[in-house]
Amino acid sequence: MTLNQLLALAPLILLTLTTVGVMLHIAWARRYHLIGALTILGMNLALLSLPLLWIYNDGQPVQITPLLVLDGYALFYSGLILAAALGVLTLCGAYFESYEGNREELYLLLLMSTLGAVVMAMSRHFAGFFIGLELMSIPLYAMVAYPTKDSRALEGGIKYLILSAGASAFMLFGIALLFAETGALGFADIGAKLAEGRTPLLLTGAAMIIVAVAFKLSAVPFHLWTSDVYEASPAPVAAFLATVSKVAVFAATYRLFLSVGLFQHPATVEALSVVAIASMVIGNVLALQQDNVKRILAYSSIAQFGYLLVALVAAGERATEAAGIFLLTYVVTTIGVFGVIALVSSPMKDRDVEHIEQFRGLFWRRPYLSSIMTAMLLSLAGIPLTAGFIGKFYVIALGVEERLWWLLGAVIAGSAIGLFYYLRVLIMMFQPIPTRDRVSEPLNWIQNAGGAMLVAAMVMMLVMGVYPEPFLDIIRAATPQIG
Amino acid sequence: MSPTILVWLLVIPFAGGMISWQAERYSRYLPRWIALATQLIVLGMSVWLWFVGDFTLANPSTTPAFALEFKAEWIPSFGINFHLGLDGLALLLIILTNLLGVMAIGCSWKEIDRYVGFFHLNLLWNLAGVVGVFLALDLFLFFFFWEMMLVPMYFLIALWGHNIPGGKGRIYSATKFFLFTQFSGLIMLLAILALVFFNHQATGAWSFGYFELLKTARGLDPQVAWWIMLGFFLAFAVKMPMVPLHTWLPDAHSQAPTAGSVDLAGILLKTAAYGMLRFALPFFPDAMREIAPFAMALAALSVIYAGVVAFSQTDIKRLVAYSSISHMGFVTLGIFAGTEQALQGVVIQMIAHGLSAAALFILCGEIYERLHTRDLRQMGGLWARFPYLPPIMLFFSAASLGLPGLGNFVGEFLILTGSYAVSPLFTILCALGLVLAAVYSLILIQKAFHGASRSTDAHGHGDAETQYEDLNRRELGMMALLMALLLGLGLYPQPVLDVSQASMQTVQMIYAESSAAATLPTPAVATTGVAP
Repeated sequence: MTLNQLLALAPLILLTLTTVGVMLHIAWARRYHLIGALTILGMNLALLSLPLLWIYNDGQPVQITPLLVLDGYALFYSGLILAAALGVLTLCGAYFESYEGNREELYLLLLMSTLGAVVMAMSRHFAGFFIGLELMSIPLYAMVAYPTKDSRALEGGIKYLILSAGASAFMLFGIALLFAETGALGFADIGAKLAEGRTPLLLTGAAMIIVAVAFKLSAVPFHLWTSDVYEASPAPVAAFLATVSKVAVFAATYRLFLSVGLFQHPATVEALSVVAIASMVIGNVLALQQDNVKRILAYSSIAQFGYLLVALVAAGERATEAAGIFLLTYVVTTIGVFGVIALVSSPMKDRDVEHIEQFRGLFWRRPYLSSIMTAMLLSLAGIPLTAGFIGKFYVIALGVEERLWWLLGAVIAGSAIGLFYYLRVLIMMFQPIPTRDRVSEPLNWIQNAGGAMLVAAMVMMLVMGVYPEPFLDIIRAATPQIG
Repeated sequence: MSPTILVWLLVIPFAGGMISWQAERYSRYLPRWIALATQLIVLGMSVWLWFVGDFTLANPSTTPAFALEFKAEWIPSFGINFHLGLDGLALLLIILTNLLGVMAIGCSWKEIDRYVGFFHLNLLWNLAGVVGVFLALDLFLFFFFWEMMLVPMYFLIALWGHNIPGGKGRIYSATKFFLFTQFSGLIMLLAILALVFFNHQATGAWSFGYFELLKTARGLDPQVAWWIMLGFFLAFAVKMPMVPLHTWLPDAHSQAPTAGSVDLAGILLKTAAYGMLRFALPFFPDAMREIAPFAMALAALSVIYAGVVAFSQTDIKRLVAYSSISHMGFVTLGIFAGTEQALQGVVIQMIAHGLSAAALFILCGEIYERLHTRDLRQMGGLWARFPYLPPIMLFFSAASLGLPGLGNFVGEFLILTGSYAVSPLFTILCALGLVLAAVYSLILIQKAFHGASRSTDAHGHGDAETQYEDLNRRELGMMALLMALLLGLGLYPQPVLDVSQASMQTVQMIYAESSAAATLPTPAVATTGVAP
């Protein structure tokens, strides 16, 4: 291993060191704020190392062992993952402030899970892919069930554990089938071997991998866990599930799809299209039935990933760009929505503030938080001026370019249905309330990290919506090379 | 004259909205004054533009020309520019928008007492969005404004609307409005993107620019052009609204606050006609000509069906709402007829209908404020109880039924004369709408103001002799202005016609050229119209 390769591992090494440091510190003394600060410092260093590495390597990809590669694509998605994780982290800080159990381990779990996600973004080999996936998922089970005295959270954790383990088994079996036929595990190697011919066994393997990925991305018909797990988990953890874990899985899967031609087989593409259409339509329709905002968001995320699957179906240079911008806008928006829920909730209550009735008149009590929520919901609905519009615009443009008319029809039908429930939550916040007490929120909410992060997310979301050019430049510079 | 004034036309209302929202902390009156001042400034600017600008073209061609253009780079990677342009048509509609904006603020002075600042934020942003639609010369920007005017309108209906007993509730109506327009808007986005994609294929460059896409659209394969045109047509048909896509409008109107109704009927519906004239028609003249018989049939259907339905309404606002649908049918007819006379009539009709419908909605609001009902069955004999309101209502009803001397007559007359040569059948059918207009306008006056006086109001208070508080000076002033404008438009429409002439000539030439190039000569289109 050359020095260059070692340096390229810097983000992973920094995250690992922070994990070890935090673990040792917890063993020695439980200092909530110090440990939080340590975690944030570690993650920020890892995040900072990314642009430095980009400059240092002059934008060239660095192969690190057969398992990992550090190219523009990996850097971009690692950055997105780390930024999202930092957002979640600040929310956790505010949310678990008054939690009475042991709070510090949450940071540990979060760090390990993020480490797994970054590994996934860099992986170019099934071993790296799978190690990353498990390293990310296993701490997540514990995070979902973190409030151990809450039977609902425990139930959610167990449910996620069992179903996710099933998906992992599918994934392993699929990998084994591919390995049996080609004798290789590296994406590129498999792609090269496949040029020789395709057998039904290979397609079976590919199908199994798609099943596992679809489960992780909660695409219909593998979506059944989503709403229950979202509802059960504490709001920041739900945000982590919706952003970091899904972005990582998508990033790795997309690289796999591009490198291995097998996934552009007509049968695979057709199956994916069906999954995408089903996700958009069913996700949106099911969201209509819900009264729980977290469940609504769970179904909405199913639909959002349906939109994103258009990029996976189209797989090409333009699709890479579209996926990048869509995920960027999705992450900012989702963190914002869950952030508001986290900030108005407290873990010491039985449940988060999540029933739609609890949002009644929120605007007149907490105008700024609700403004943020409003903007974020409009962004999810894809209204112009918000980031979500740019993301959806890209997806639709991509669909028109590739002439995926059925998928486009579903995107449009889905967006129209989606409006119903986004508007329902939105207007609930503006319902008049009998009392005239307009400001009952503590005025210092903006001073703590969670509030500041939310304001930053909102500003970023609006900038993306109004002037997306710089973000497009970054994505365009980073993502064309997929090694 | 620097073109940056176009940017100011957009920036000032946006900024004014924000300020008036924040001003609510200090006083409940401050937001109103700030909003009014903002709107007066932009109205003044747009009127000033009329006087200093030159909107005539020396030699009109089939490429639309603009008196003022502003262009700045926005999202270069997609070839998207912040490109605004002003011609006669846009200027007239912008003046109408800003004038009715002032009216909307004036008529909600007393009506809105909850969350005043936020109300004016929504109102001003909505108006700014509409002005943006009229100015945009980049299709991305156009779509951006097209969608952006929805959200504030949604809030206006959902938050300050009325829950009329027996109605489905304001949130239902607001959501319906949003869904109809958003869904059709997304289809238009598809059409825009398809056009952009074909432009990319042909030239290798990404562009959303008006002139670039105009060129591409003209060169498209007719089959493809037809499909893309359909996307635009659908969005505009929903917004116009054309029967059978109109169901959102009466619901939205009956629940909306007065300012919202003024906005909707006076301005928002005009964006659809504008979109047809600015985009659909110049881009796809052949395809538009192909569906012209169908569209004119829909126009005639709108005119007659909405007229009949208006007659049977008991809610005065719903009645006026259906009358709007009926009047917009004339606009559709005129656009698809495409002769210069008809197109000039469309412009006059849009302005006159904007003024008269806005006035009628304001009066409905005044009646509701006093009687606490909008049900015609609970009114009657009101003539004796107000000195001013009933005659004013009669004036605007007469305008709406097309009485000669008022603006609507000029518009309808020009449209009908201009369309007869193209399609006698549908023109005659639409002309029947004039009879219906007389019927439903007069029934409104008859039922509300004449006949036996009801002894009590909706809440069982008062007796038959009670005098109601009449219009105050603010309301009288607004009405007087609108009456003067309608009268002016009816008696001497020439200045308005002069401003819009160049734009309309261009549209007419594009449309005529397509018919010359088409394999079927013009009379053939007319005969398909008459064929049974």
